[in-house]
Amino acid sequence: MTTNSHHPRQRRRPDHELIAAFVPEGSRVLDLGCGDGQLLSDLAAHKNCVIRGIEINELYVREAIHNGVPVYHGDMLEGMGFYRDGSFDVVVLSQTLQQTLHPQQVLKEMLRVGDNAIISFPNFGLLKTRLQLLLSGKMPRHEFLPYTWYDTPNVHLCTITDFRELCMMDDLLIRHEVFLSPQGTRLHAWVANWLAGLAIFEVTRKPSE
Amino acid sequence: MAIDNEIKIPEDSRLGGARSVGIVTTQYATFAEPPDQLELDSGQRLGPITLAYETYGTLSAQHDNAVLVFHALSGDAHVAGYNSPDDRKPGWWDLLIGPNKPLDTNRYYIICANVIGGCKGSTGPSSINPQTGAPYGLRFPVITIGDMVKAQRYLVDYLGIEKLLAVVGGSMGGMQALEWAVRFPQRTAAVLAIATTARQSAQGIAFDEVGRQAIMSDANWCEGNYYGSATPSAGLAIARMIAHITYLSDEQMHIKFGRRLQTRDALGYDFSTDFQVESYLKYQGDSFVRRFDANSYLYITKAIDYYDLTAGRGSLLEAFSGVPAEFLVVSFTSDWLYPTYQSKELVRALQANGISTTFLEIPSNYGHDSFLLPNEQLSEAVSDFVDNIYQRVHSVTGKSR
Repeated sequence: MTTNSHHPRQRRRPDHELIAAFVPEGSRVLDLGCGDGQLLSDLAAHKNCVIRGIEINELYVREAIHNGVPVYHGDMLEGMGFYRDGSFDVVVLSQTLQQTLHPQQVLKEMLRVGDNAIISFPNFGLLKTRLQLLLSGKMPRHEFLPYTWYDTPNVHLCTITDFRELCMMDDLLIRHEVFLSPQGTRLHAWVANWLAGLAIFEVTRKPSE
Repeated sequence: MAIDNEIKIPEDSRLGGARSVGIVTTQYATFAEPPDQLELDSGQRLGPITLAYETYGTLSAQHDNAVLVFHALSGDAHVAGYNSPDDRKPGWWDLLIGPNKPLDTNRYYIICANVIGGCKGSTGPSSINPQTGAPYGLRFPVITIGDMVKAQRYLVDYLGIEKLLAVVGGSMGGMQALEWAVRFPQRTAAVLAIATTARQSAQGIAFDEVGRQAIMSDANWCEGNYYGSATPSAGLAIARMIAHITYLSDEQMHIKFGRRLQTRDALGYDFSTDFQVESYLKYQGDSFVRRFDANSYLYITKAIDYYDLTAGRGSLLEAFSGVPAEFLVVSFTSDWLYPTYQSKELVRALQANGISTTFLEIPSNYGHDSFLLPNEQLSEAVSDFVDNIYQRVHSVTGKSR
């Protein structure tokens, strides 16, 4: 196995606080790719949440253990498979959707083990990204997409519009959405696919009629 | 399990070193005196039962810092420090237990007892049967992991501990830790199950059975009635050699021995020792027979083979239902005796019960023996996990008093 030069998220600013704001007091939360468990330990300490994490990187698992976070060391689809339906109120996937091999399956599984899914991802529709590709003819690289095309964990990048389409197709209801510009200001949905660097969605299954 | 491995003893863990518990004395306590014998899983009764045990550190006034450590197949109560100044090696898990070690004796009160059926001071087949005045031999009843744990509960009661902070064990010790949590759910806050399984696999039973057959086919075995005469040492040595292979890994054997020859420059074209690996296994076998009783080996491997946490409990899922403890489950990548998938089975059942569970798979090429060898990842995980439990328990007991 080749070693990746890219580390998983350290402390996931700036979406941490925004994700935490979506999580109701006292809820049961599963964080996929929980890293060192910072988000979860914050939620346990400040919102009285029952927390569980899944993390594939051994170094981060050890950090999470250090931080008192119950964590499963392994693949997120395998790890989620261990939980019964509806085990969680909220399942979080922070800036990792684009790194999963089967994003659609991950989403489906998130909404099996949990009632709500919070997903954040870098928006590939960002103007800067489009311009870089258009003008230089090369794969875009900037603060949200810092990797070279040949050494990147990002295998399923998408735009905000792509994500909406997937939600429509898979009968997912978008309950909340927040878009951040590269400067960290919140953006209106109308301009988000052009101007947002980061998108955060909270989705749930559409109630069956 | 293969505690004969040549582990370099760090300076600070030698006798008198800052991280050694120093000289410890094995203690003995006797329970289950007739007519209150222990009722075994087989339905037979056993008593009186003597347990050899050691303790390290000091029990807190609130009795909330006790950690019970369970040993594996060939282990004993002597888990840390030295029994005498002449000891060449410290106890079998000295790497983890001592001042400022992961199970810090400045903070925790550590207990370890020899299992029943053993031969290191606790009642076993080599003990005197009070009814006959002679060693039990095969009249000793077949015991289970559950029986081992029930016997150790006497000790925990005797020491005045209502609820342990943690139960910890690797391999067969891990089986006991799991069994403790399921049998006595209110009596531990945490469970550390390392390199272990919820039920012995067919492969595991197979290796154990070959070992038992080796002992029982030794002409000196005499239906277990060899005390006071020649012991079935050839059979026991072979049993140990076979078992020892299961504690290593292909990769580690390749690194450690390869095809290197022992004390000769070319193949001998005879049946004396050619290869280093042969010599190593013979050494393991020979040194084992000096410290272990063949009948104990039969009884303990039988207990391991009978181990199935689901037996009489429906399923693993049901077995863990209502268990309030928090779990740390650790496996090692190269362990093929209790492979990672068996730990994951355990984790699946724990998580499906909503039990707070942490699972860590540590990369190591030392095979099953990894849990007894220096391993920074294991030390750190044990230290951090127990520390977090201690903080939580301590803040609760601190407040309520």
